[in-house]
Amino acid sequence: MTPLLEVRDLTKRYGPRIGCADVTFELWPGEVLGIVGESGSGKSTLLSCLAGHLAPDTGSVVYDTRANGARDTLTMSEPERRMLGRTDWAFVHQNPRDGLRMNVSAGGNVGERLMAVGARHYGNIRATASDWLGRVEIADERIDDRPSAFSGGMQQRLQIARNLVTGPRLVFMDEPTGGLDVSVQARLLDLIRALVRDLGLSAIIVTHDLAVVRLLADRLMVMKSGRVVEEGLTDQVLDDPQHAYTQLLVSSVLHV
Amino acid sequence: MTDMSQDYNFAYLDEQTKRMIRRALLKAVAIPGYQVPFASREMPMPYGWGTGGVQVTAACLTPEDRLKVIDQGADDTTNAVSIRKFFERTADVAVTEATSEASIIQTRHRIPEQALSEEQILVYQVPIPEPLRFLEPRESETRKMHALEEYGLMHVKLYEDIAKNGHIATAFAYPVKVEGRYVMDPSPIPKFDNPKMDDCPALQLFGAGREQRIYAVPPFTKVVSLDFEDHPFEAGRAAHDCALCGAGDSYLDEVIIDDEGGRMFVCSDTDHCRTRREAGHTGALGVPEAFA
Repeated sequence: MTPLLEVRDLTKRYGPRIGCADVTFELWPGEVLGIVGESGSGKSTLLSCLAGHLAPDTGSVVYDTRANGARDTLTMSEPERRMLGRTDWAFVHQNPRDGLRMNVSAGGNVGERLMAVGARHYGNIRATASDWLGRVEIADERIDDRPSAFSGGMQQRLQIARNLVTGPRLVFMDEPTGGLDVSVQARLLDLIRALVRDLGLSAIIVTHDLAVVRLLADRLMVMKSGRVVEEGLTDQVLDDPQHAYTQLLVSSVLHV
Repeated sequence: MTDMSQDYNFAYLDEQTKRMIRRALLKAVAIPGYQVPFASREMPMPYGWGTGGVQVTAACLTPEDRLKVIDQGADDTTNAVSIRKFFERTADVAVTEATSEASIIQTRHRIPEQALSEEQILVYQVPIPEPLRFLEPRESETRKMHALEEYGLMHVKLYEDIAKNGHIATAFAYPVKVEGRYVMDPSPIPKFDNPKMDDCPALQLFGAGREQRIYAVPPFTKVVSLDFEDHPFEAGRAAHDCALCGAGDSYLDEVIIDDEGGRMFVCSDTDHCRTRREAGHTGALGVPEAFA
């Protein structure tokens, strides 16, 4: 088996400051990788570099494409990378407003990716949109409402539907549950977990919430000051943290 | 061409500016539907009154040309009259109201009813050249989308139309794809006029003054209106005949004629309507041209 994503020595600097440095890992098909760390530890920079939103300074990100096998996404042409970004990849933003078109109806938001890859039959697009709204527990009658009329949790679920409609294999999530209250968070996590398992998705989830990775992630990377300080199976890292920073992180979680 | 004894250079603009505009025009003709940036000048009229079209016309005019200017199809509205006067004064060119006699036609929001010929240039005044503007406000992003031919978003707008109204309700500035490549805003012409752009023998030039963009559709170019397979493009018009000339196939304006709900529909193309009445056609409220 070949890894879906193979990252080697990825470094991104902001002038003299380090965004992330010398990150190396592999992501296997069907695997969910969590990246945790404090604010400013380079998690989001790393995710942006992986998803092609930021150009890293050095390193390689080799993706196992459906058509042409393993390709370095950093050296591929921009049209190819953008095509990958709206078909085989998905990106779920922390703030749904960044990932949705707020002045376009829910159905149009879900349909956009279909139309971007050439769907030109209104009836079919609408049927698919309606199906996906159902799968993320949004009532069918809300299909023509704009996301601005949705609650935060619904917006986030809509963003997930919009991303998954083209059947991607790799999903990048940046704090998918940030900014939601705990009960909505729990439902969303439940939904994401079901979707990831049902569709056999691979995912990279960036979060500072250890409960989220405990629930979703198979494997965990802990980042501090732009570097990966510890990685391993989620339960192993959380239950028996080795690095001092991970120990601090795990012991800082509040319990009720 | 330069005559220092005159107050203005021929056609108002100086020769260097016209060269700059002609370079942009050549590029625009070479890449149908592509928006070419140009250094738009301040013109002696406000933005929105056709500053882009006027600059393109000025760059194309020769002393031998015969100019026609229409605004919403009419030769006698303020915008048309003042632009026509402007070129009569600054270029001393012949002007006409007859579509067939004109060599350059500057238009705001209509294409003449009468078919154009290879000898003619149609200059459009364009307020907003970017068809994706209201869906994607970032200019950097829309340019990239044009460059990479990512036009799915244009269909999102049509999708929204059908979802809200049951049919494609966009009635003007209806997006078209030019020669299978660039998606273009045909300026706010009614979608009734869209089919006339396809395979048109005349050269079609588009000037947007405020936005500093020029684009073009060369003669005999494929222009396709975007649509869905199950909601095909339809060129709509009011379901009436012209009240003056009886035409059943022209684009109509609705005119309110009293304060009791009375209204009439008349051809928006005044030249077309006049020509028909002169030929003896009379509509429900019209009188034969001989008695008018």
